Amino acid sequence: MKYVDEFRDGSLAQGIARAIARAADTGRSYSFMEFCGGHTHAISRYGVADFLPPNVRMVHGPGCPVCVLPIGRIDLAIKLALEQGVILCSYGDPLRVPASNGLSLLKAKARGGDVRMVYSASDVLSIARNNPEREVVFFAIGFETTTPPTAMLIKQGTAEELSNLSVLCNHVLTPSAITHILQSPEVREYGTLPLDGFIGPSHVSTVIGSRPYEHFAEEYRKPVVISGFEPLDVMQSILMLIRQVNEGRAEVENEFSRAVTREGNRKAQALVAELFELRRTFEWRGLGEVPYSALKIRQEYAGFDAERRFDLHYVPVADNRACDCGAILRGVRKPVECKLFGTVCTPENPMGSCMVSSEGACAAHYTYGRFKDAEVVAA
Amino acid sequence: MSAIKSSYIRPLDIHKGRIDLSHGGGGRAMAQLIEELFFAAFANEYLAQGNDGAVLQIPSGAGRMVMTTDAHVVSPLFFPGGDIGCLSVHGTVNDLAVMGARPLWLAASFILEEGFPLADLQRIVASMASAARDAGVIIVTGDTKVVERGKGDGVFITTTGVGVVADGILLSGDRARPGDTILLSGTIGDHGMAIMSKRENLTFDAQIESDTAALHGLVADMLASGADIHVMRDPTRGGLATSLNEIARQSGVGMLLDEACIPLRPVVEAACEFLGFDPLYIANEGKLVAICAPGDAERLLAVMHTNPLGHESAIIGTIHSDPQHFVQMKTRFGGYRNVDWLSGEQLPRIC
Amino acid sequence: MCLALPVRIVELRENELGVVDLGGVRREISLAMVDDVRVGDYVIVHVGYALSKLDTEEAERTLRLFAEMGELQADAGAAP
Repeated sequence: MKYVDEFRDGSLAQGIARAIARAADTGRSYSFMEFCGGHTHAISRYGVADFLPPNVRMVHGPGCPVCVLPIGRIDLAIKLALEQGVILCSYGDPLRVPASNGLSLLKAKARGGDVRMVYSASDVLSIARNNPEREVVFFAIGFETTTPPTAMLIKQGTAEELSNLSVLCNHVLTPSAITHILQSPEVREYGTLPLDGFIGPSHVSTVIGSRPYEHFAEEYRKPVVISGFEPLDVMQSILMLIRQVNEGRAEVENEFSRAVTREGNRKAQALVAELFELRRTFEWRGLGEVPYSALKIRQEYAGFDAERRFDLHYVPVADNRACDCGAILRGVRKPVECKLFGTVCTPENPMGSCMVSSEGACAAHYTYGRFKDAEVVAA
Repeated sequence: MSAIKSSYIRPLDIHKGRIDLSHGGGGRAMAQLIEELFFAAFANEYLAQGNDGAVLQIPSGAGRMVMTTDAHVVSPLFFPGGDIGCLSVHGTVNDLAVMGARPLWLAASFILEEGFPLADLQRIVASMASAARDAGVIIVTGDTKVVERGKGDGVFITTTGVGVVADGILLSGDRARPGDTILLSGTIGDHGMAIMSKRENLTFDAQIESDTAALHGLVADMLASGADIHVMRDPTRGGLATSLNEIARQSGVGMLLDEACIPLRPVVEAACEFLGFDPLYIANEGKLVAICAPGDAERLLAVMHTNPLGHESAIIGTIHSDPQHFVQMKTRFGGYRNVDWLSGEQLPRIC
Repeated sequence: MCLALPVRIVELRENELGVVDLGGVRREISLAMVDDVRVGDYVIVHVGYALSKLDTEEAERTLRLFAEMGELQADAGAAP
């Protein structure tokens, strides 16, 4: 696979690993947060941590939209499927997430709800066209990468005058989440972990560009390196962050130059702006209420807004009190330090946001990295 | 002169006919279906007797009897490289084969949905008959039921197989020992991705064919080699990762795999990338995993290579002591990861 | 949700659709959000939509950078 395989070349990894080892100052430690769940997954799946010196630590941030999706929002989707008899379309990722009353979207399907998995928002359009007598609702989740396709869906639905289509919108925004981690009041509650820099998301950045990150670099004096998705990209970005820290710089650098520009995809941004507007606040599972961090459908397209169409009322649902996700998402605690990890809380039975999808810090560690814990115990 | 005229029975309309409830009713319609469709394809002396059961004779001195059963609910029914018919034969033959058994007889039971086209049924049955002939097994008994429209996915087939395993052969999931070598007979993920490529939601075209095949010939070659084989399994649902985790737990050992050694067709890898699947968890229907004593690995591999179903065989890992029973893997990239149990059903990742 | 792939455009179709190829696997996707694309171009695709073009020169440059890193370190005789 061109432009994929080359960026997974293990022989090149050795060279970058050596450069990282030389660059990392042995007199200090470095903590970098990779915000994006895709990076968390790449790091775990390829064992990138094996190439890093012990004083360089990766902290897994909350950039996994399934992980931060509150239970209450899934409850709304389940309600639509079971009580309103809609065709509930969803990407695969949220289907298994446990919600209230022992249900998940998959379990709702088993109970007779018409829940259908789609790979693309355009699949939803076909379903709506082919089922004119049924209500079709798209359970839209995702960061800025996934929002433009939802926008296209509504635009096309409008053009085709589909009267049976609506979207339950849960799109969230990356920069707000990063700001929240850096400055939220909970910081007092959880303590702080000195984060030395961020690995910026790959594909979110192709849409929003590198410009939005310049704010963190300036205001919080934290370097940001926007990284490609493949393991070599991640390693190169870590090296670039270490250099910035050593040199006292706090800039936005773009390692993913092959796909990210400063301005991003203006066409996609314009489309999103046309159809969505900011919510004043939105609950993120594990982070609490985050201001101006999510989108809702504009008034002009109210007919496509499932929340208005079905008069839905959001009811927040708290996580288990022993769940440490809040601290883990901020990098203050590690998965193994949570009392529930690996015992009650497993990928089969996730108790909190970090375990619900394979990109959450706890799930990634459980699925790909637990063998490391055994060594620690043995030692 | 007899006043009873012999009736004219219109033959089944295979081309345009469909299954209806009378075909499962036990009456003439069902008898006709069985005779004109099933018996015609499977033709053998057991079925010809038309009894409720088949009386079978285990060849004396052949060893112990092995029995297995499998239900087949694959959708779509026809996919690149095969169909539910040959799949149902291969699957059961393979379950016997990995026990070290020579497969002898199959029972086949069909649950047909009202409205199912007879033409499709004939195609499936012909495919089963052909697969059975090639595998040297006889379908000695069967059953047919019909369910109402909407209560079945066209057709479900359950096959039960009986074979014999020679005394002295002991293949069991709890026999893997530290130091043993893990071998795999060929590329992974072909069957599952062939199915995916045909499923409704997915519209990509890729030349991926199911690897469905009967493995007992390969197994016989492997056993004849004299290698000290401890475990054999066919990694079907849940893929290679599931079979290995099962064996690790049964045997109470850990495993270390080398990703670079695991055969994987580039187009299957690309299809998995596209859909967010991990090939380690994708079903295979014509592959086996074998665990043998370390000294015999090279010899066993050489023997596998001489069989057409094993020509891409590879040594993929080793067994070691591990109280956690982890299956670990050195990735192609160089770093290490767990290959964990599958969590629920593998749903494609978008993230 | 970040899983996106660099794929090659092999065919352009009506209604801003196109067929892309990754390692021999082909699928129809939407090109509505990228401008000025031609057969042979590479785009990044996410959930069935192309979101940006891949700058192949930049890709090659990045790979060269990785390779140079390896040579530099080897020359410097650095132990890992």
